Amino acid sequence: MQEILQYIFSGITSGAIYAVIAVGFSMLYNSTELINFAHGEFVMLGALSFITLSGPFQLPLLSAFFLSVAGVACIGMLFERLAIRTVREPNPIVLIIITVGASIFLRGVGMLVWGKDAHTMPPFSKHPPLDIEGAKLLAQSIWIVAIMFLMAAGLHLFYKKTLTGKAMQACAISQKAAWLAGIPSKFMILLAFGLSTGMGAVAGVIISPITMCGYDMGTMLGLKGFCAAMLGGLGSLWGSLIGGLLLGILEALGVGLISSGLKDATAFLLLLFILYVRPSGIISSVNVERF
Amino acid sequence: MNKPYWYRIAYVAVAAIVILTGILVSNAYYLQLLTFIGINTLLALGLNMLMGYAGQISLGHAAFYGIGAYTTAILTVHYAISPWLALPAAILIAMAIAYIVGVPTLKLSGYYLGMGTLGFGMIIHILFREWSSITGGASGFIGIPPLEFGPVSFASGRNYFYLVWGFVLLSLIICRRIIDSRVGRGLRSIHDGEKTARAVGVDTSQLKLQVFVLSAAFSALAGFLYAHLVYFISPGTFDFITSIRIVTMVVIGGMASIWGALLGASLLTLLPEWLHSFSEFEMVVYGLILMSVMIFLPQGLTRGLMDIYERSKKSQNR
Amino acid sequence: MRSNTQPLQLKWILAFIAAVCLVFASSAFSAPPAEKIYKIGGIFSVTGPASFLGDPEKKSMEMAVEQINKNGGIDGHMIEAVIYDTEGDPSKTVMSVSKLINKDKVIAIIGPSRTPTTLAVIPKVQQSQIPFISCAAGNKIVEPVKPWVFKTAQSDILAVASIYQHIKNRGLKTIGIISVENAYGQSGKEQLLAQAPKFGLQVVRSETFGGKDSDMTAQLTKIRKENPDAIVCWGTNPGPAVVAKNLKQLEMDIQLYQSHGVASPKFIELAGNAAEDTLLPTGKILVADLLAESDPQKQVLTEYVTAYENKYDTAVSGFGGYAYDAMYLLAKALDGTGGDRAQIRKNLENIKGHAGVSGVFNFSPSDHNGLDPDAFVMVRIKNGTWELIK
Repeated sequence: MQEILQYIFSGITSGAIYAVIAVGFSMLYNSTELINFAHGEFVMLGALSFITLSGPFQLPLLSAFFLSVAGVACIGMLFERLAIRTVREPNPIVLIIITVGASIFLRGVGMLVWGKDAHTMPPFSKHPPLDIEGAKLLAQSIWIVAIMFLMAAGLHLFYKKTLTGKAMQACAISQKAAWLAGIPSKFMILLAFGLSTGMGAVAGVIISPITMCGYDMGTMLGLKGFCAAMLGGLGSLWGSLIGGLLLGILEALGVGLISSGLKDATAFLLLLFILYVRPSGIISSVNVERF
Repeated sequence: MNKPYWYRIAYVAVAAIVILTGILVSNAYYLQLLTFIGINTLLALGLNMLMGYAGQISLGHAAFYGIGAYTTAILTVHYAISPWLALPAAILIAMAIAYIVGVPTLKLSGYYLGMGTLGFGMIIHILFREWSSITGGASGFIGIPPLEFGPVSFASGRNYFYLVWGFVLLSLIICRRIIDSRVGRGLRSIHDGEKTARAVGVDTSQLKLQVFVLSAAFSALAGFLYAHLVYFISPGTFDFITSIRIVTMVVIGGMASIWGALLGASLLTLLPEWLHSFSEFEMVVYGLILMSVMIFLPQGLTRGLMDIYERSKKSQNR
Repeated sequence: MRSNTQPLQLKWILAFIAAVCLVFASSAFSAPPAEKIYKIGGIFSVTGPASFLGDPEKKSMEMAVEQINKNGGIDGHMIEAVIYDTEGDPSKTVMSVSKLINKDKVIAIIGPSRTPTTLAVIPKVQQSQIPFISCAAGNKIVEPVKPWVFKTAQSDILAVASIYQHIKNRGLKTIGIISVENAYGQSGKEQLLAQAPKFGLQVVRSETFGGKDSDMTAQLTKIRKENPDAIVCWGTNPGPAVVAKNLKQLEMDIQLYQSHGVASPKFIELAGNAAEDTLLPTGKILVADLLAESDPQKQVLTEYVTAYENKYDTAVSGFGGYAYDAMYLLAKALDGTGGDRAQIRKNLENIKGHAGVSGVFNFSPSDHNGLDPDAFVMVRIKNGTWELIK
C-alpha cells in the first residue's frame, strides 16, 4: 500500500509536468492546427533561463519566473513571425519540418549559451517532504500541482471571460470567419504562439528544481507531452490536464508493478491504444477524421 | 518525345554515372560516403512512395530500417544463416509487421497518423534496447559477417558501393513502374483527395496498406545493407531522430519525385560532412538550413529549383 | 507544358551530376601531406549525449599535442591532431574513421568516447591495420584482444571489483542495482550481476532508468521494498544525481554507491547535499592532492590538473585523462618508428610502467588495457569534496 501511494505521488509529479506541456501543445493546435515539434525546446529554454536568472543573477524566484516565461514567450512569437508566417505553403508536412528545424536550431543555441553540462537549482521552498502513510510527498510536487491548477484556471477564465480569449477561440473555429467579424486573426495566432511557448517555459521552470536540466532535455519531454495531449484529446484544455496526469501515474505504476525498462514504452503503447480505440481522446467533443 | 523515352535515358545516365564513379573514385572514404548516400536513398525512396504519392505521413520509418538490420544480424550470427537467405527474411518480416501495424494505423489521417507511426517507431526502438538477450541491448550487436557471393567478396568499399547502387537502381525502376501503373494513378488520387478517390472506385484503404508495406520493404533492404556495411548495429541508429531525418530527406528533396529522394538523401548525407567545420555551431546552422529551405521552397528542392528556372525562362521570353 | 517539363527533368539530373562531380573533384586536389608532420586522428563525441566525455577528451588531446610539440615533437616530427565530432552516433563515427584513414591519412587514431561507437569502428580499424586507442569504458573492446585495438579508460570490471570489495569489507550482504538504459549502464549491470557471487553478495533487485528521466522515486521505492544493505547506481551525469536526490527525499537510509561515471565535480554540484556520504570508485585524479608523494602517478596528475585548469579555466574531470594518456602512450610508441604503423602497434603493446592520469599502464599481447585494480581508489563525498578512503 505504502509503495502504491509512493508510485502515485511520483506519478502525479511527472504527470503534472506532462500536463503543462500538453496544454501548450493543445492550445497551439486549437488556434493554428499546428503541432510544434520544437515545443520541448521551449521547455528547455524556460528551465535554463530560470536557473540562470535565479542562480548567477540572483533574482528573487518570482521575478525570475516571470522574466523567463515572458522571455521565452517573446522568442516563441518571434519564431511565429519569422518562420511560420513567412511559409508560402502552410501544409502540415512542411510545418512539421520547419518546427523540427527550429528544434535543432534552438538546441544548438541552448548548447552554445549554457554549455553541454546539466544544471540544477534548489527547490522553491525548503520544507521537508510530507509523510503520508509512510509515502513521501515533496514540497516541490505540491508546488508543481498547484501551479498547474492555477494555470489551468487562469486559461479557463481567459477563454471564457476576456474578449481576447473569446476572439482567440473564434479564430480556432474559423480563421476566415473571425477575420470577417473584425478579429485580427494574424495577431491572435501570434498571441497563441506566445501563450503556448510561455506555457512550455512554465513547465521548464517548475521542473528545474526536481531534475537536471541540459540543452538536450527537451526532446523526450516534448514527446511525452505530445502523448499526453493526444491521450486527453488534442485541443482540449481539461483533456490535456487529465491526459498528462494519467500518463504520469500509469508510467510510475508501470515501473513499480511491471518493469522499469518499459517505462517509456508505457506512454507510447497507451498512445497507440487510444489512437486505435478512441482517437478523439478521453475527453473531447471534436470529431477526428477517421476513415 | 514521349515520356518513357526520357526516363530510359535517365536510368542509363544514372547507371553510367554509378559505374564511372566506381572506377574513377579510388578513395575509400568517398566510396563509403557514396554507399551511405545509396542506403539513405533507399530509405527516402520508400518513404517518398508513401508520403509523396499516397500522401500518408510516417514518423516511424526507422523502425523498419531497424527491423531489416536486426533480422539479418540475428539470423546470420545466432543461427548462422547465409546473409542471402536473411535478406528475403528481413524484407518479409518487415512487410508482415507493416501489414499488421498498417491495418489499424492507416485508418488515421493527418497528425493522428503521424502520432500513430511515431508511437510505433518508439516502441520498436525500445524493444531493440530492452530485449537484450536477442538484440544485444543498448551496447549493440557485434560480429555481423561481411557479404560474399561465391568468389566475390563485398568487404571492399568498391564492391559494396556497386552492390548498394545496384539495389538503388533496381528500386528506382520498380518505383517508376509502380507510379506509371494503374496503382500509381490510384495512389495519386488518394494524395489529391481521398474521398474523391473512393467515390470514383479506388479501394483507398487497400492501396494505402500496399504502399505502406512496400515502403517498409525498401527500408528493410536499407537496414540489411547498413548492417553488412558496418558489421555493427545499435538501437541508437534506429531512433526517432532517424525517422525524422528520413522524412526530412523526402521533403527537402521534393515529394512525389523519385529523383527528389535521390537528391534529398545525397544532400542530407553530405551536409553534416560539410558542416563539420562549424563544429559547435553545426546544429544551429543545420537547423537554419532546414527552416529556410522549407520557408522558401516548400515543394522541396527539385520542384522549387524547377519553378525558379521556369520563372526565369518566362521572364526571358517576355 | 508536358514537352516543357520532360527535358527539364533531364537537365536537372545533369545539373545534379555536375554538382556531385564538382564536390568530389574539388576535394581530390587536396595538398600532399608534409613529410615532417605526424598526423594523429581524434574522434570524440564533442556534442551530443556523451559530450561530457568527448569535450574534455578533445581538449586534453589538444593540450597534450601542444605540450609534445613545444618539447620538440617526436624525433623532430611535429604532431598534428585532426579531430572530428562523432555526436555519439555510430554511423557518423564510421564515416569519421574512414575519413581519417583515407583522406587525412593519419597514422593512428584516438577515441571514440563511447562503447557502441568504438565497437562500430573496430572492424574497420582491424581491416585497415591502424593503431587505435579507445577512450571508452566497455570491456568488450579489448576482450577478446584485437591486435590493433587498445584502450586507456579503466574497464567497468575493475570498478565493480573495487565497489564490491568495499561492500564486502563492511560486512554488507545484499544490494540493489539501479542502472541507466544505455550501453554504459547495461555493461555495468552485467558486470555487477556477474561478479556478485564472487564476493558473496546477493543482488535482490535490479532496476533501470532513462538517461533523461526527471524522477526515479518509483524505481527506488521498488528497491526499498526488498530492503537491501546497499544500493549501487550505475550511470553517467545527470541521471545518478537525480537518484541521489530522490534517495534523500524518500528518506531511505541505505548506503549509496556510484560508479566512476559520475567522477567529476559536476556530480557534487548537481546533487548538492544529497551527494554527501556517497561512495564511489574513481581514478586518482579527483584526489590528486591527497595522494602520497611516493605514488607513481602523483607527478603526472599534478601536471595534468594544473595545465588543464590553467588552459581551459574549468574544473577537471577524470574523463579527459583517457585522451591525454592515449596521446602520451602514442607519443612513446611513435618514438623511433618513423611513422610505421606496425612498429607503432608493436611498441604500444610493449609499453610497461607508463604512469598516466588513469593509472599505471602495463600493456602486453594479452592485455590491451594494461590497468590493474590499483587504478581505482574509493572516495567518499564529504562537505562537498572528495575524501580518500584508505
